Amino acid sequence: MEIPYILSAIVFLPILAGAAMLFFPPERRQLIYRFALGTAALVFLLSLVVYIGFDINGEQYQFIEKYDWLPALGISYYVGVDGISAPLVLLTGVVIFTGVIISQRIEDRTREFFAFLFILASGVFGVFVALDMFALFFFYEIAVFPMYLLIAIWGWKQTREYAAMKLTLYLFIGSVIALVGALAMYFQSGLGTFDMVRLATEVSFPVEFQNLWFPFVFFGFAILGGIFPFHNWSPDGHVAAPTAVSMFHAGVLMKLGAFAALRVGIMLMPEGAATHMPWIILLTLVNVVYGAFIAMVQTDFKYMIGFSSVSHMGLVVMGFATLTRDGFVGASVQMVSHGVMTALFFAVVGMVYDQAHTREIPKLGGLVRIMPFAAVAFIIGGLVSMGMPGFSGFIAEFPIFMGVWRTYPWIAIIGVVSIVVTAAYILRAIGKVFFGDLPAELEGHMHDIKPSEKLALGILAVILVGIGLFPGVMVPMVESGVDAVLGLLGGA
Amino acid sequence: MIGSISSEMILAILPEIVLLALVAVIFVVDLVVSDERRGMLATITAVGLLLTLVLTALFSRPGPEAVLLWGGMLRHDWLAFIFKIIFLVGALLTTIFTIGWEPIWRKGEFYVLLLTSTIGMTLVGASGDLIMLFLAIETTSIPLYVMAGFLTRDDKSNEAGFKYLLFGAMMTAVMLYGFSLLYGFTGTTNIYELTTAIGAGEIPAAVLVGAAVLVLIGFGFKVAMAPLHFWAPDVYEGAPTPVTAFLSTASKAAGFAALTRVMVAAFPSITLEWTTLVAIGAALSMTLGNLIALSQTNIKRLLAYSSVAHAGYALLGVAAASELGVASVVYYFLVYVVTNMAAFGAIIVVYRVVGSDEIADYAGLHRRQPLLGLVLLLAFLSLAGIPPMGGFFAKILVFAAAVEAGLIWLAVLGVLNAIIGLYYYLIVLKVMYVGESKDADKPLPVLRPHSAGLVVSVVALLVLGFVFGPFYQWAVSSASALF
Repeated sequence: MEIPYILSAIVFLPILAGAAMLFFPPERRQLIYRFALGTAALVFLLSLVVYIGFDINGEQYQFIEKYDWLPALGISYYVGVDGISAPLVLLTGVVIFTGVIISQRIEDRTREFFAFLFILASGVFGVFVALDMFALFFFYEIAVFPMYLLIAIWGWKQTREYAAMKLTLYLFIGSVIALVGALAMYFQSGLGTFDMVRLATEVSFPVEFQNLWFPFVFFGFAILGGIFPFHNWSPDGHVAAPTAVSMFHAGVLMKLGAFAALRVGIMLMPEGAATHMPWIILLTLVNVVYGAFIAMVQTDFKYMIGFSSVSHMGLVVMGFATLTRDGFVGASVQMVSHGVMTALFFAVVGMVYDQAHTREIPKLGGLVRIMPFAAVAFIIGGLVSMGMPGFSGFIAEFPIFMGVWRTYPWIAIIGVVSIVVTAAYILRAIGKVFFGDLPAELEGHMHDIKPSEKLALGILAVILVGIGLFPGVMVPMVESGVDAVLGLLGGA
Repeated sequence: MIGSISSEMILAILPEIVLLALVAVIFVVDLVVSDERRGMLATITAVGLLLTLVLTALFSRPGPEAVLLWGGMLRHDWLAFIFKIIFLVGALLTTIFTIGWEPIWRKGEFYVLLLTSTIGMTLVGASGDLIMLFLAIETTSIPLYVMAGFLTRDDKSNEAGFKYLLFGAMMTAVMLYGFSLLYGFTGTTNIYELTTAIGAGEIPAAVLVGAAVLVLIGFGFKVAMAPLHFWAPDVYEGAPTPVTAFLSTASKAAGFAALTRVMVAAFPSITLEWTTLVAIGAALSMTLGNLIALSQTNIKRLLAYSSVAHAGYALLGVAAASELGVASVVYYFLVYVVTNMAAFGAIIVVYRVVGSDEIADYAGLHRRQPLLGLVLLLAFLSLAGIPPMGGFFAKILVFAAAVEAGLIWLAVLGVLNAIIGLYYYLIVLKVMYVGESKDADKPLPVLRPHSAGLVVSVVALLVLGFVFGPFYQWAVSSASALF
């Protein structure tokens, strides 16, 4: 099924809506909110159409659009999705939609908030669908800068300025370093094109070249994926950001890094990847295990989720680092699974904080009686996080560990420790926050969440359970994408 | 010497002719107009510059082949043409932003100086002869010295003008010495005959390198290349802000026009030596400019150091000494002129109401005037090289030129500097968006011409960041005129 211009519509609709919003009268908050919600719903539907319309037996890239942008330098506006990026487009659609739903409480400069959020969304969609390296960087950097303002203006007062700056600089460093690598590839190829499909299929860069430049490109992007030791912007950023931005940031933005590292790094320089992955996988092991332990000692609810993201994103990169089919499939599913799960976590944390005005886990308790729906949703997320069978986390993590087991068994053995640790901190948090007794000082201040918020959590939870019970809705699509990528790697 | 004057020769200097006529008009109007209606001087200048811009774009377009005209004094090619457009746009926006700036906008002589300086620049870009180039540079610089010190009752402005004059005169002398060496050893002052004379190989390389160094010092001063940037912060801070805007855009672009033309045309035999020097200058400019900008509290000084850094980025393209390199420089300035004009325009608007250039006084600006905040946001992000603003593509081009030329270390240094740059631009944006101020609910009116100027600049910088095709084609045509 081919629907013309659908990807362009997904990419440009948010940014155009965002730009239009800047000219709305600022005091008409309801109007702005409805407009934002309508746009987000439309984008969500379009991304769903792409997901459903993707033919897993068809070409590698589908819904392709290609126009010359600057032919003199071989730059084109070239977009399309494969089996790996189509689920990510859907993920972005889901998170922007649910993120807007739960952002009803933004009262300070509402129009700017949604405008920047939508600009961010456009950048993210652009990266997921870009098949031209220039376009990829173009959208990547569009996705980076609105984060600064979103966190600095609407974030948590204590740390927002520090966290926003740290995050922006880390991500910008990554992007410009990767850019130098990309330019080196552009000139080395001799094709005079930024077309990644051609660069991947028609050129094979010399091994020394790949060995030199692979780390530039890979780490440049992997910083955004939260790879150790460049991960510590991420928990700070998550915590300082307003709820919708945390959801977007942990849920989608970190996937950008992992995805671009795959698209530009591994796919274009497979031999460089083969050379460097043995030590990169060690870094990801640190991510997975260390991240989980750090999460365990947090008393701040949001920091705990933030470090759990570091741990789970480590699994994504670890899956890629195995350079095996299982690893790739698991990592790709994990991107979606973790994206939805984390969005759900941050949404619940935001709802709790809005009412309780504290995120200290020891000061909370008994919330299951007040907001049962949120509690159930959080528990589902927790089960996903632990990799329980029947939930999407299992579908994702099991193949990753299989891939790792085949290549570096002892890393798999150490890595599974993280599952135990994760179970420990998640169960403890659930027990403390949702069960037990409601602290006296919160008595009377708490009430149930709104129906619209239930809808948002419901959507997220249904996806997590859906993938877990019916892996067929996503795994075959991802496998088709992974098989095409492995074709490039020559079974490396 | 000139047998007959062809229409081609006239059309080549059409902008200069129109500007000169405009100068005459200003002189006359200045004499006859009554005191309360002197505001029309700015309007006349702006309209005249717009007219010049249109006429130039329509009739002064060079053919595909570059030609030497007026006895070899001028070279009519795409490089000259595009830079003329850049200067005229710079002068036009500067004029617009002077409107309402007391007391300069009531003084005819200010606009006469501005226009004279613009004439000088258009000739700098087109000079095909060292003598012509020298005269053009002086025609550009002398009015600028006066403009920098135009506020005679303001100590800082006086200091700016005087400092600029003293350093400028000295550096011009150094450059002239370089020119004289070239003339002495080759027997010609024509830039394009120099190449042949040097190509014959009879001039000792040491002399050539010496001449190249002297010339580079002269141009390096004009474009504020480190370590010859020391004048820029004081002059930028002290000069009236519209003059600063003009200095940091058009005047810098003029320096680059001459720099690329002379270095590429006259010194091909010692390319390695001079590109190494330029590369070092680029590295120093980027690093020093950005590092010192970090600690600035005055927005004009901040932009002064940032402009040193931007000279560094553009020098990356010069150091590449390739077609892509020169094209990247041209594109850089197409973007830079509108970007910096948007930034300075916003600063002028703020100064009119707030009466301060301290960054701290920008607190709460976004609440007072959201669209002005947006303008500054877009301008600063363009300076930082963020898409979809023009600065992004300009920066990619210069880095690409450096990578292509094998200057990987310089490209890496450049991207690291881009990060430092982003940091201090974000600090200003933070103050503007997040900072709290007790004046936050006071309105901040913007004059109509100022809004027009800001809108034009912002639209231009967005267009340059999204629609590259035609503008990149201009840049490539300019570059191929040199090789």
